[in-house]
Amino acid sequence: MKHRLAVNPIACTGHGICAEMLPELIGLDEWGYPILAERDVPHELAALSRRAVRLCPTLALRLEASNAERRVPTGGDRGADRTARPR
Amino acid sequence: MTRHGGVAAPSGHRGDLLGLSGRLTAGWQDSDQAARLSGHLDRYGPPPQHGSGRAGTLIDAVTQAGLTGRGGAGFPTGVKMRSVASRRGRAVVVANGMESEPASEKDKALLARAPHLVLDGAVLAATSIGAGTVHLCVPRSRQWLMTIAADAVAERERAGFDPVKIEVHGLPQHYVSSEETSIVRWLNGGDARPTAVPPRPFEKGVGQRPTLLDNVETLAHIALIARFGPAWYRQAGLADAPGTMLTTVSGAVQAPGVYEIEVGTPIADVLAMSGASPEAGSLLIGGYFGTWHDRQDVAGLAMASTGLRPVGASPGAGVLVVLPPDACGLGETARVLAWLAGQGAGQCGPCVFGLPAIADDFAQLASGRPRGPALDRLDRRLSTVFGRGACRHPDGAVRLARSALAAFATDVKSHVSRRVCVSARTGQQPRPGGVLPIPGPTDREIWR
Repeated sequence: MKHRLAVNPIACTGHGICAEMLPELIGLDEWGYPILAERDVPHELAALSRRAVRLCPTLALRLEASNAERRVPTGGDRGADRTARPR
Repeated sequence: MTRHGGVAAPSGHRGDLLGLSGRLTAGWQDSDQAARLSGHLDRYGPPPQHGSGRAGTLIDAVTQAGLTGRGGAGFPTGVKMRSVASRRGRAVVVANGMESEPASEKDKALLARAPHLVLDGAVLAATSIGAGTVHLCVPRSRQWLMTIAADAVAERERAGFDPVKIEVHGLPQHYVSSEETSIVRWLNGGDARPTAVPPRPFEKGVGQRPTLLDNVETLAHIALIARFGPAWYRQAGLADAPGTMLTTVSGAVQAPGVYEIEVGTPIADVLAMSGASPEAGSLLIGGYFGTWHDRQDVAGLAMASTGLRPVGASPGAGVLVVLPPDACGLGETARVLAWLAGQGAGQCGPCVFGLPAIADDFAQLASGRPRGPALDRLDRRLSTVFGRGACRHPDGAVRLARSALAAFATDVKSHVSRRVCVSARTGQQPRPGGVLPIPGPTDREIWR
């Protein structure tokens, strides 16, 4: 099964360990928070990705099945067209 | 502080479908008071029998009616109801009356005039999905509105009107507190701040139960669909965007206020009915998470998500602001961005650091005193921040900023190169004080 990296932005405090371990898939923005590649984890980086997930100090990084995106009800107030980009 | 005084009688729509002058707004022009239960029943008739064992029929009717959420997201309501109903466990209904969008007045107006229409819809939705409780959520700062809601609920309790329990809650007022996960988190005893998804409320919401969370206007439409059916509902609006909608029109108009229009009414008609200044050249569509447009580009378009999509706009919660001809769109956007930067939940790094940086870049641009390559820096930051929060707060701010850069491109050039504002077309400085309302400071520490 194909996997993709995902981050819980509330839990993430920008330690940056993940970007050091996986520069191929994770960059940092100017404030030190991770920017994840929008592609599946290639086979050769699978073990390293699992390790980065384990070593995240706030448990914010995870691997999820890359077909996990579905069209689901979204709602609440405001926010135009939330369905355009399911997460 | 009843701010619904600006509610105008809707005009120019097929409002006599009920033999009345509006659907949701029927009778509004006769009274500025909240309708009592008896007056409400005289106006609309009794709701269909609750809990008559025909669960699912209302879901079908709402689906056939083509109703979509009126809080801004525009998701098909029938699909959402079915998703909740199909989950295991007793469901919960939440009526979202938080309306934190500063340029929107419609939910306040609706709850203040027709609270029983909202409550009917919430209760009917609850029985159709097997829920036992309805939570009506409003900001606790709007004490007058909480009183109206509580009075309406007490009236129904005395009459033994509803088969489900209704609770009214006052939540802290922040821009992000109207977000659905914020409300669920608060109802579960936490802060009124967004949570990371999944799970979404329809999967695990209030008390870990499947939760139907709908905007109060959406629920009011459900109350009408339950009474008069999907075919009646579709007599107004477009085939792919049926019904009516409440819209709040403000800015350079003679009659600002809340209007009930058919979904898909051309924007030019909405501008005409509210008396928009003929000199006004720019519009903000959809509120503070919305987009700026040249009036000529959108006048002929339908006020509906389908109609506005080609120009990258969305009705949002039905907001239309007409920029006065002597106002500076960049300056207005800078003010809103600064406010939005302070209205985040303070949870996600890209939003905590990104939005103030973006607001600062934008302010430099608007003031005509950019430090370094502000435009390039702003452009990069807008791309960096989009999509990286737990909720859509950063995305909304980015959308607003990008649309301002496009709609006021000429102004951007003159602000940066000549350090003058040409949008003050009369040759004066832009009007002081600003046009778009910026709410007063809220206590940023109080989330509970």
